[in-house]
Amino acid sequence: MIEFKLPSLGADMDEGTLLTWAVKPGDSVHRGQVVAVVDTSKAAVDVEIWHDGVVHELLVQPGEKVPVGTVLATLLAPGEVAAPPETVLVAARHAVSPSARKRARELGLDPDTLSGTGAQGSVTLADIEAAAAPSAAPDRQTEMRKAIAAAMSRSKREIPHYYLSETIPMANALTWLLQRNEGRPITERILPAVLLLKAVAMALKRTPELNGFYRDGAFQPALAVHAGVAISLRGGGLVAPALHDVGVKPLEQLMRELADLVKRARAGSLRSSEMSDPTLTVTNLGDQGVESVFGVIYPPQVALVGFGSVTVRPWVQDGEIRAQPVLCATLAADHRASDGHRGALFLAELHALLQQPQALADAAALPATNQGTLT
Amino acid sequence: MKTDRPTLVATALTLLRSIAPELDPEALELARPLRQQVDLDSMDWLNFLVSLHERFGVEIAESDYARLISLNDVVDYLQARLV
Repeated sequence: MIEFKLPSLGADMDEGTLLTWAVKPGDSVHRGQVVAVVDTSKAAVDVEIWHDGVVHELLVQPGEKVPVGTVLATLLAPGEVAAPPETVLVAARHAVSPSARKRARELGLDPDTLSGTGAQGSVTLADIEAAAAPSAAPDRQTEMRKAIAAAMSRSKREIPHYYLSETIPMANALTWLLQRNEGRPITERILPAVLLLKAVAMALKRTPELNGFYRDGAFQPALAVHAGVAISLRGGGLVAPALHDVGVKPLEQLMRELADLVKRARAGSLRSSEMSDPTLTVTNLGDQGVESVFGVIYPPQVALVGFGSVTVRPWVQDGEIRAQPVLCATLAADHRASDGHRGALFLAELHALLQQPQALADAAALPATNQGTLT
Repeated sequence: MKTDRPTLVATALTLLRSIAPELDPEALELARPLRQQVDLDSMDWLNFLVSLHERFGVEIAESDYARLISLNDVVDYLQARLV
């Protein structure tokens, strides 16, 4: 029997409300399939399952709020046969007062599925009324603020941040991008943000200690780069879902997936793997016109890369002053996992990679097997 | 397809609102820079242009992006290519 538990969909989540099941007992499910929609304080998230199997029993009903780790459903592994029902479960049921049972029938509720607050856990009339009361619609703004506050407070309390910045000339990258986009239909054009994400992923090859998680007192490097892309939501707040495997995907694919991710983040239909997978976060506040952003790391990640706006500045190159578009890249990193020296190497590598945009595009075009894992 | 100016403005506003639902079309000043009035990042902006392209079939070259500052600029650009 496989237990399907409510996953943690981010450091700021400790409970979730099951909104709907996308499967029913008897359904075959496959790895990666969306089986339920769970409301976190930030968004409704499509929760995927990570086993093949057959749904046996749904243990949590829509509308129930449960802690992370709660078993939501049981599944039979392929080939497994269901055990006969355990009678002990029936015996363990709580008593239901007659008035409660009557009221439950009127309201169309099953009193045996409710937890009671009466003597020995018996279900009382008040429990039925409480279960039937429409749960007050959570104020998304307030909830999101609370969730961000919790995660960021934890970050500032636990993570010894250090900060570095590097000004990167962008003429090569932007000229290359303009030429690449010229003549292509608007639907196939690539935004500078995608080139930046790619460069971050490639630069992490040299400094893998910035990519992964700090857990149980130790750094655990991640094998792939799943960039958490900070996406501001209309009306306030933000989410940073994962753009998966940035290191090995071509720019065109990353652009399509980024557009889709932003769209779904704003529509509130992200997948559980996108919420729980990011191995570092990239935030880009350039569109808002700031020159630089020093981020707060999203635990348990160990680094955050920030980009400001591209601005034209006097720049000395080959002994001459020229007007040149430049971009300030910053790194906020966890001193428990890396030191400033390594962080500096990362930014230097990022700087170097962005001078050779064609190489970034070519690197992405190599088969994934040639690139190896980014450890 | 009707391509008179009021229709173009109304359609552009509708498309813009699908990207920025908080936008109040009444309050938008057509001659003022759009991105000073509406919170649009580069992805939103691209999506807006893509939706215009899909609606009107007009190709918008990337080198022309810099000319499209206000909603009037956008409508001028479309109008010039639709006649």
